[in-house]
Amino acid sequence: MNFIKNYQFSLVRKSQKIVLYLFLIVLMLGLFEALILSPEDYLQGDSVRIMYVHVPSAWISLGIFSLMATLSIMVIIFKNKVFFLIAKSLAPSGFVFSLVALVTGSIWGKPTWGTWWAWDARITSMLILCIFYLMYLLAWRIFENKDYVTKITSFIAILGFINIPIIKFSVDWWSTLHQPSSVNIFSKTTIHTTMLIPLGIMTAAFALFSLLIFLMKYNTELIKIKNKGLDRL
Amino acid sequence: MYNKKVKLRALFLFLSIATLILTIFLVLKALEENVVYFLSPTEIKNLNETTTEKIRLGGMVKDQSIKINSDKINFIITDFKNEINVTYSGIVPNLFQEGKGVVAEGILRDKNYFKAEKILAKHDENYIPPEVKASLGEK
Repeated sequence: MNFIKNYQFSLVRKSQKIVLYLFLIVLMLGLFEALILSPEDYLQGDSVRIMYVHVPSAWISLGIFSLMATLSIMVIIFKNKVFFLIAKSLAPSGFVFSLVALVTGSIWGKPTWGTWWAWDARITSMLILCIFYLMYLLAWRIFENKDYVTKITSFIAILGFINIPIIKFSVDWWSTLHQPSSVNIFSKTTIHTTMLIPLGIMTAAFALFSLLIFLMKYNTELIKIKNKGLDRL
Repeated sequence: MYNKKVKLRALFLFLSIATLILTIFLVLKALEENVVYFLSPTEIKNLNETTTEKIRLGGMVKDQSIKINSDKINFIITDFKNEINVTYSGIVPNLFQEGKGVVAEGILRDKNYFKAEKILAKHDENYIPPEVKASLGEK
């Protein structure tokens, strides 16, 4: 048992360095593509480049929340403590990316739409996601009892999960100021390939960043448990 | 197999999620009028009575309909079924163009005449480099 835990420790710590270097390389490549190589848009000009930060952040924040919610379902059903620790460690980077998506969206909205903020379905539901992240993180500070906080945070994640499809399909269900999605699996993608490449690379870079923050946070959690002298989670 | 407690917890979770989804669905369905950001010209024509409150009208700016006289801009918002004349004085966003999406916020004077107080540009999901757009236009 001890051997496995030490092994897990060194694995988490070593992989951090690899992920960090990989992240830096992919980020540089992505920024070079997004800021220099990719063309401007015929209508929006250079302001289209905000997309290369805005869209990946939104994707990652939605993805992380979905992952957290799935893990939380497992936690509630099977009382799995490792999944719980993983979900907890994922939350900070998801929260940051949801904030980044909102802020860059606002910065992008001013020159294109002519407003910083609109209470349309997409933007409002994204704000709700951000608040769910905040509630999840705050619950950790508020509740001391470990069993209680496990349940509360898991329910917050599961409750917020219902919001995810609302965010995704809000632009199709209702009339919104936000444009419909451009990258589609089942229908035609409406972004030109030269713009799709930097978008893909930036998404990979942000995913690696999330992984890095996750590993650091997970490592901290493991150390906390070790310091408490508990031989199991 | 899993013990009884696990099965019960799974069932409990499933039922609570199903209830929640149903509740949220019904709430959103009931509030649909308020969730939409703007109304199309057709939806405005179908209104039973015109309100004097601020509303938002959205659609396409009709081709060759923008007319600028001194401090006023007049144009037509269309959804290719119905049209509404819009008048506005002020600065329009850069992306405000003929044949592109627009959302106007203001007061409906009657079903054919809208006095806008704020103009927002609504752009579509297409992202194309200028050279590619030019070659597409030539076709």
